[in-house]
Amino acid sequence: MPNFIMSYLGSTVTPGEAGNQFWALIYVLIIFAGVSVAVICMNWIERKALAHFQVRLGPMRVGPHGLLQPIADALKLMLKEDIIPSEADQFVFWVAPLIGLLAAFTVYTVIPFGPSQAVSDMNIGILFMLGVSSLGVLGIVVAGWASNSHYPLIGALRSSAQMVSYEVAMGLAVVSAILMTSLNASGTGTLSMIGIVQAQQQQGVWFIFKFFPLGLIAFVIFAIAMVAETNRAPFDMAEAESELTAGYHTEYSGLRWSLFMLAEYAAMIAVSSIAVTLWLGGWMRPFPNLLNAPAWDFIFSLFPGLTFLGLAAIAFVGTARMPADSFFKIQRIGLAVFAALLGFIALLLLAIAVAGRFADASVGARFRDGIDYIYWFVLKVAVFMYLFIWYRATWPRYRFDQLMKIGWKVMLPISLGVLVVTAIVGVIVS
Amino acid sequence: MNDVSNRALSNLDLETPDKTYLDSNELVINMGPQHPATHGVLRVILKLDGEKVLGTECVIGYLHRGVEKIAENRTYTMFNPYVDRMDYVAAVSNGLGYCEAVEKLMNVEAPPRAKYIRVILTELNRIASHQLWLGTHALDIGAMTPLFYTFRDREEILKIFERYCGARLTTHAFRIGGCQYETYAGFEKDVKNFLAFFPPKIDEYEALLTTNRIWLERTKNVGVISGADCIALGVTGPVLRASGVQWDLRKAQPYAAYSEFDFEIPIGTNGDTYDRYLVRMAEMRQSLRIIEQAVNGIPEGPIMGKVPKVIKPPVGEIYHSIEAPKGELGYFIVSDGSTQPYRLRVRPPSFVNLQALDIMVRGLLVADVVAVIGTLDIVLGEVDR
Repeated sequence: MPNFIMSYLGSTVTPGEAGNQFWALIYVLIIFAGVSVAVICMNWIERKALAHFQVRLGPMRVGPHGLLQPIADALKLMLKEDIIPSEADQFVFWVAPLIGLLAAFTVYTVIPFGPSQAVSDMNIGILFMLGVSSLGVLGIVVAGWASNSHYPLIGALRSSAQMVSYEVAMGLAVVSAILMTSLNASGTGTLSMIGIVQAQQQQGVWFIFKFFPLGLIAFVIFAIAMVAETNRAPFDMAEAESELTAGYHTEYSGLRWSLFMLAEYAAMIAVSSIAVTLWLGGWMRPFPNLLNAPAWDFIFSLFPGLTFLGLAAIAFVGTARMPADSFFKIQRIGLAVFAALLGFIALLLLAIAVAGRFADASVGARFRDGIDYIYWFVLKVAVFMYLFIWYRATWPRYRFDQLMKIGWKVMLPISLGVLVVTAIVGVIVS
Repeated sequence: MNDVSNRALSNLDLETPDKTYLDSNELVINMGPQHPATHGVLRVILKLDGEKVLGTECVIGYLHRGVEKIAENRTYTMFNPYVDRMDYVAAVSNGLGYCEAVEKLMNVEAPPRAKYIRVILTELNRIASHQLWLGTHALDIGAMTPLFYTFRDREEILKIFERYCGARLTTHAFRIGGCQYETYAGFEKDVKNFLAFFPPKIDEYEALLTTNRIWLERTKNVGVISGADCIALGVTGPVLRASGVQWDLRKAQPYAAYSEFDFEIPIGTNGDTYDRYLVRMAEMRQSLRIIEQAVNGIPEGPIMGKVPKVIKPPVGEIYHSIEAPKGELGYFIVSDGSTQPYRLRVRPPSFVNLQALDIMVRGLLVADVVAVIGTLDIVLGEVDR
């Protein structure tokens, strides 16, 4: 058994491919915990960023700068009374948030954080991803129906129509990216998520810049469709607060409601991951082919440590700027400890980077590269997450019919056209 | 079900389904009285076909406090603070209308300085009211951010009110016959600071909304009402002007000191939600113009006219109306010669404008209902009184 566990460490493929259930399970647990933590962080960042967009402070009371607010909220939601409306379909009402959650988390099986940093590499990865992520709509529809109430019903109807419509444009945009993977010597493309990133590496260009502006248009189509797909502003018709109070989850409260939120944010991260994988080079750092000397590897591997160092510096500045009043003493200490923790992580990452440069090439460099891959991937996804917040702060909400009009009359023809032109250009080039 | 709902539902003709659609059932939903976008406790019963609105019925009265009846049991002076509680976001206008109505009944006039102070405060209040409208209207359409910008800037106006009379919302700023308070030291400076501070802020709001594609799609050709319909329904204020009718009581029947100022009446052409938005934005700029002229030309002199200690208007009746931020605000007072009004009737602009909701939203979608409620700029305290 230990041999079975240890033997994977030398492997360069995902645990799924290597057939190693133990490491696959470990990866699943890491990803589950990681995504949950990411959702908690996202919750805090969204509230803070949105507040600063809107000349407010956002959460400030629970922990220094409200850092513990999401945890306090999660605790509160868990402790709340579990209410199921008496007229609701009890079982379906109970199961609906789980469907959404399951769909949102299953997607992460194939998301490649690095060439071997994924649970599994399926040869139909992208299809699996689109298929499973669109199951999320089922949770919403079922929730709206089971509530047996008017507002949730309208919200569910809206979101089912919306998600189904935007999936068409989204799928066509994805196909045009997949077409680009076949531009190699053998002429065969791939649906594997890892394969798509490797194709970008081989062709030496992110697909967003490929056949400019074709890749860019497909990417923009996807970027718009994914906002609609996740029911976020300005396409948040399904839970339009000012119209439908809370849309499909009006009747939900407590833990069940928080599961919907968890699913929504997990889905946002998942679709952003697809966009990053297909168009933005996945785990690759900038210019992996151009700047491929070991010295460049070393410089880029310093980035994760430097990022954490920057975060630690921000936290330290925040500590220094806290009011001197003794009332804030505990908060000051808390923030200083948090800053020290970030600084420690930064030093650790920098040490790994240095060790990877000078220590034994095989193990040290592999570990360092793993951190690099995950860092660049997460950074790119984080940009999308920030965009989601930015959209929400800036734009009014589209009306339902306008949303459908854009989906069917604008985005579908454009993505279809891009697909055809990409195919033609691809044939000419090869 | 209580009587109110029965009456309301029967008006929507629920028994005969619409035969033009294949086997479709209408959905009747209650929007409000607890709803994020009905601006208080308005209850709208919507009859829907899918998302399409077939008809609406407003149920009001959830905030009824019997203001008009209270007036019959209070002296003229005692009733003055009550009017602030009707349109609580434009309390200064309410007070101005009431004080001027009683003054007209008693045949006294406020001194020029008092009139100027009244104009300055009322126009500041108009801006504050329009800011609140803009923030909530944008929020209803899904833009969260303008709300916080307008609240940030409205604070500057409320600070001036607070320094002038001690209150921010229910100001009770004026008295019958003039003003109780002389302007505080630095009043003119504060107002001038605001005049310099505010125009860039209007530009900021407009940068977020005026040319925003989504905003245009959500407001253009939504909730269209013609000028003739407005007049037939008695709709006044920015809603009437956006439909192309140039009717502003400040010009048509000048009161206070408005005849002395130079300003324009912005009007729209289409009578849709976007035009109403533009009209109100332009009105804010015109209000600034009026304030600038008033604060530069404010005369010296007394601030209280010659009114007796006990206000006892002669027997008679009077109707006096002013251009409140939301439309024509009228007071009809019947005096029997005693210290209390025999009857007092308020003509609130919100109440009358709300009548237009049904014809404006018929055939539109659910999302447009909240947009139209927002654009009518109703305050339930004034609708229900």
